[in-house]
Parts: sequence; C-alpha cells; structure tokens
Amino acid sequence: MINPKTQNKIAIGTLYGVAGLVVLILMALLGYILISGLPQLSWHFLTAPAKAFLKGGGVGIQLYNSFYLLILAMLISFPIALGAAIYLYEYAKDNWVTTTIRTAIEILSSLPSVVVGLFGFLFFVVKLNLGFSILSGAFALTFFNLPLLTRSIEDSLRTIDTTQREGGLALGLSRWETVTRVILPAAVPSILTGVILSAGRVFGEAAALIYTAGQSAPALDFTDWNPFNISSPLNPMRPAETLAVHIWKINSEGIMPDAKAISSGSSAVLVLAILLFNFAARYLGKRLYKRLTSA
Amino acid sequence: MSKEILTTKDLHLYYGDKEALKGINLNFDAKGITALIGPSGCGKSTYLRTLNRMNDLIPNVTITGTIKFKGQDLYAPSADTVQIRKEIGMVFQQPNPFPFSIYDNVIYGLRIAGEKDKEKLDAVVEKSLRQAAVWDEVKDHLHESALALSGGQQQRVCIARVLAVSPEIILLDEPTSALDPVSSSQIETTLLNLRHDYTIITVTHNLQQASRIADRTAFFMNGELVEVDQTKNIFMNPAEKQTEDYISGRFG
Repeated sequence: MINPKTQNKIAIGTLYGVAGLVVLILMALLGYILISGLPQLSWHFLTAPAKAFLKGGGVGIQLYNSFYLLILAMLISFPIALGAAIYLYEYAKDNWVTTTIRTAIEILSSLPSVVVGLFGFLFFVVKLNLGFSILSGAFALTFFNLPLLTRSIEDSLRTIDTTQREGGLALGLSRWETVTRVILPAAVPSILTGVILSAGRVFGEAAALIYTAGQSAPALDFTDWNPFNISSPLNPMRPAETLAVHIWKINSEGIMPDAKAISSGSSAVLVLAILLFNFAARYLGKRLYKRLTSA
Repeated sequence: MSKEILTTKDLHLYYGDKEALKGINLNFDAKGITALIGPSGCGKSTYLRTLNRMNDLIPNVTITGTIKFKGQDLYAPSADTVQIRKEIGMVFQQPNPFPFSIYDNVIYGLRIAGEKDKEKLDAVVEKSLRQAAVWDEVKDHLHESALALSGGQQQRVCIARVLAVSPEIILLDEPTSALDPVSSSQIETTLLNLRHDYTIITVTHNLQQASRIADRTAFFMNGELVEVDQTKNIFMNPAEKQTEDYISGRFG
C-alpha cells in the first residue's frame, strides 16, 4: 500500500522525467543541426547559387525562392482563410452545412502534405498546365495552409468575448461593422501570431512542393525585375526549388563533393528561419496586444 | 398618454418551448428612471433585451406581442435594428470597453457613422464623459487604453460611449453588479444626473439601489410583471402580497 503522498511524488517525478526527456530530445536535435550547420554559414553560402557538381555552392536562390513562395502562398491563402473564418464563426448558423464545412476543414488540415503535393501536381501542373512553377507551388501551399490558417483565425475570433460583440451591436453598429471595426482589430495580435506560425510551417514544407514548384533552381538575374522574363526573380512561372526541397534533394541525389556540408548548412538556415518566425510571432503578438490593451 | 415613449403589449418570449415572458404589458414615459427588479430568472433581463432586440442574437427565440417605440413597431419586418439600437442604447453587466483608447471608445459609434470633424468629435467626447461623470478622472489620459481603467471607470466610459450616439432610451442590465460599492454609487450618481434628459430603464438585483435612484419600479416574477408603480409605493405600500414578500426579503 503506497500512501497518497508517495504516490503524488512518484507521479510528479514521472511527469518531470517525461517532460525532461522531450526537452532533451529537442535540444539534442536542435544542437546537432546547429553545431553541424552553423560552421558552414557565411555570406557567400547564403547568397551564392548552388553548384551541381563542384564544391563551394550556396543556397541563395533556394532561400530567395522559399521567401517568394511563402509570400505568394500567404497572399493567396490569408484573405480566403480570413473570409472563411469570419463566415464560420460570426455568421454561420449552427446547422448541418456548417458542420460539414468544419469537418471538411478538419479533414483537409490532417491531409498528409505529400498527398497535397501530388494533387497539386495532377491539377495545377498537369491539368491547368501551369508546369513546375512558383504559381503551382503557391497554390499547393495554399491548399496545405488554408485549413490550418482558417482554424487558427477562427480560434482567434473565439478569444474575443461575446460582450464585445454585444457592445458593438448595442451601439447601433451593423453586424459587419461590429466584425470589421471591433472584433477584427481586437483579434489582430492573435491572428498575426497564427499567421506567422503557419508561415513557419509553410516555410519548412518540402513534400507539397517537390512535384509542384519543382526541384530545379534556374539561375536568377537579381537586376531584372520584369516578372515576364524567365530569369527574373519575380517571374511566377519559373520552376523554383526551395530550401526545404533542396535539403531533401541533396540528401537523396546530391553529387557535389561538399553535399553533406551544404545539407547541414541549409538545415541550420531553415531551422534558424523557423525559430525566428516563432520568436517574432510571440514578440509581435505580445507587443501588439500590450499596445492595444493597456496604456 | 402622449408622453409614453415605449409601450409593450402582451409580450411573450419563448426560448425554444420554454415560455420566459408570459404576456408583459408595460409602458414607459419619456425621461426618468425605471428599475426592473425580481428574483434571478424572473425574466427582467430577458425583457430588457427585447427592448433593443438584443435577443435577436440568441438562436431559437420566438417573440409575440408588440413593442412600440414612439409609435413604431420595433418588431415590424421593416424595422431597422441598427437604427433602433442607436436610439435605444444599452449598458451591460460586465463593463465591456473595446480594447482601444478611451477617446476611441467614446467616439466609436460616431466615427463609424462617418463623422470626421475633429473638433466636433473632441466636443462629443468631453460632453459624454462629463455626462457620465468620469471626465475629471480620465481627461489627462484620453488616448490611453480603456482597459487600463478600473471596473467602475470602464463602466462609466461605456455609459459615455452610449451617450455619444445620443440615444433617447438607455437600457442598463445590472450595471453595477460587477462593481465595488464606491464605483456603484458613482454609477448611481451618474444615472441620477442623466434622468432629466434620458429615459433610463435599469435591471438591478440591488433593492436599495432601486429605492435610491428609480422614479418607478417594476417587479417581475416567473416571467410575469407582478406590479409596477412609483418606487415609493412599491417599497412602502405594495399592492401585491408577492411584492411585499420579495421586498421584505422573505424569498428571492
């Protein structure tokens, strides 16, 4: 017979142990990636184009592609997700249509990204004839991101108290005015946090992009900003290997002599970028919230 | 009769199958304070919320009977809830300032209605906050967040916010029940100052408060209006036994 006090101690000890294990694994992983990757980083590595057969290549174009794709995907998915979330939370009646939409979003958000990628390949690349391109990639990422973002924005709206809605309506604001002028501004910090966090996920996504944005990164001319030129960084119709895809590719078929170093360096950049997104999300969210709510 | 600004006739309200208001007939003269009292769940808040159609927000509510505001049927198909709520403002139990500055809170209704004249807005802010008896406390930090204020100050800012859109009627749903006694008495003073210019209808659980501020008091029980009269009569000489029992604390 163990007395409750000992029992409690054992339980707490076990929980600490489990939590500690998780932290340890995470630290080991991060540490390994950073220790093997950080020494590879240099200005040259971050800006130079990749080399297929020789050593000394960089990830400049892949890095740029990752950001460009991220921005495009966000530009497409954010307005849609915002609209969907507002409809679902502020307007939709609680009936079977709404339930169906919610279930669909739920299922979409648990879809493996490789399935999204293959769907993107069949639909955007082949059927719509967009080819391996930034645009195909951005659409695929939108599919991947939409359900997650919609849910996160809906959760943000949920955190705004009903009394705020009543307050707005009781002042003689219409439903729409209440949503756009009271609820949304109040929800901005939390929505922003959600957007940045989902940006981190999109930034690190590889499987959805391999068959949509392609696995090659043609040389870019960073002095040519005419989006219709094939070597222009802005051209949305060019294939665009991203950093995450680059890592996957080097490890599966890289034949440059310094493949291992480049892969380590790229992983470190990716992890750092995602960490940066996370910290930025927390910092900006907190700051905005503070600015909006207290003196 | 011509002084009556708001009339309710045979008002029934159902939440699904449950009848929450069982035929209320109650009229309000322009100006002055009417207190709605009664035990929890008696329907007084529900009744208050029919007067500016806040119950519209709750699914499954059915309302029958008529409510007329200056002769217009509030529940007519052509009735404009947005307009109604501009003329019949509401203050809630929990102070609910928007998470913006005090200044922005007060002018929110006007700004959204399209008023841009800075001088006019400034004037409205000062006038409303003075009317709500909170001006002296907040005038030096108008551009700081309203959420940094105390509960009582927040509630008075919420009253100012309602006054800024110049309603004729102000509904208050237990406006002091979430506040400390000092803040409550400040709200009471505020209401007493406003009673000459506005028709004020307030729900309260606090009988002393009703006796202190209300010109008229209505006693609700089990979804019915038991009695309405001058406050003095309700407290000193109620016509109904139920009222007397409630006032004297024998139940509720």
